[in-house]
Amino acid sequence: MGLPVSTLLMTTGFLLVLIGMWGILRHRNILRIIIGFGLFDTGLHIVMVATGYITGGTAPIIDTALGIEQATTRAVDPVPSALVVTAIVIGFSVTAIMLAFAIRIHDARKTLSIDALTESKW
Amino acid sequence: MKAASSLLAVLLFGAVFAGIVGGYGERESVSALAEQYLAMVPRELGAPNVVTGILITYRGFDTLGEVAVLFMVAAGVGVLLGGKDTTTASEPGREPRRPSELVGNGAEITLPLIFLFGAYVIKNGHLSAGGGFQGGAVVASGTMLLMLALPATKLNHGFLGVTESLAGVVYVGIGILGLVFAAGFLDSHILPLGEFGTLISAGAIPVISALLGVKVGAELSVIIDRFRN
Repeated sequence: MGLPVSTLLMTTGFLLVLIGMWGILRHRNILRIIIGFGLFDTGLHIVMVATGYITGGTAPIIDTALGIEQATTRAVDPVPSALVVTAIVIGFSVTAIMLAFAIRIHDARKTLSIDALTESKW
Repeated sequence: MKAASSLLAVLLFGAVFAGIVGGYGERESVSALAEQYLAMVPRELGAPNVVTGILITYRGFDTLGEVAVLFMVAAGVGVLLGGKDTTTASEPGREPRRPSELVGNGAEITLPLIFLFGAYVIKNGHLSAGGGFQGGAVVASGTMLLMLALPATKLNHGFLGVTESLAGVVYVGIGILGLVFAAGFLDSHILPLGEFGTLISAGAIPVISALLGVKVGAELSVIIDRFRN
């Protein structure tokens, strides 16, 4: 059967996290740093959802394919899925605020390079 | 030097993550808490979608907090970007570029479908995959397409603000009704459970879902519109 599904998902998620981290560390353009943050965020969401998977499980939605009495044995863990919704909303919020700050920085400095912001270093 | 230290940091994190993945055994059964949720949501809340039941009733206070965060983001983006519409709008030579034929014509066909799909996702949150946040995001993506296809569109911020505030007030009002008529704040038992699996069932969950959808859709549309100027 090959690799378990949760291992595949976690590997994908952690790879996205590492790509995002590399982008945040190595790029000087603020927009690219924000894109790196987005990848980091998405990778962590995938990892969180992966921890809720149980072998052979299906979506925790009761319908003709999943009877009410089978729900506790055949459905995946719904708690990580519910928590990830919160994480996505917070990630979106942080990204929106960062982009708004990037626009203000571009207005003030006419550049998006973080090398232009030196006076806040200590 | 800098590249080497960045590479070292990423590689070390990679080693940590590889250790996590290597040591993780796929779970064979759900946790006791999840088992409780999986048994209780269909029986006690009457909602087939367990995730929606958790989000809107058992973790309802958390969802209210999320909506508050979204509201603060809309306000914060407004503070950061709002003060300059007058200066940029009057500048000559900043006419928005016309969209391509493909985007323009495509939007005319797909926009009504996108908004309809958003409403469908919001209304079926308790029956199938979906819910207020997801449907609201679909509606906001439709708004985004509208702005790309018709750059001259002006969103009525006053109307959207009033809609969004009303949805928020009614949401909190339903929560307080739960305090009075049911077991606690945001308890969905204030309305009858109805027949399992039908559109009008699961107590107050569809109502809260619709309010969330309206609120999230309006808020995200306002945030997207702020970034346009």
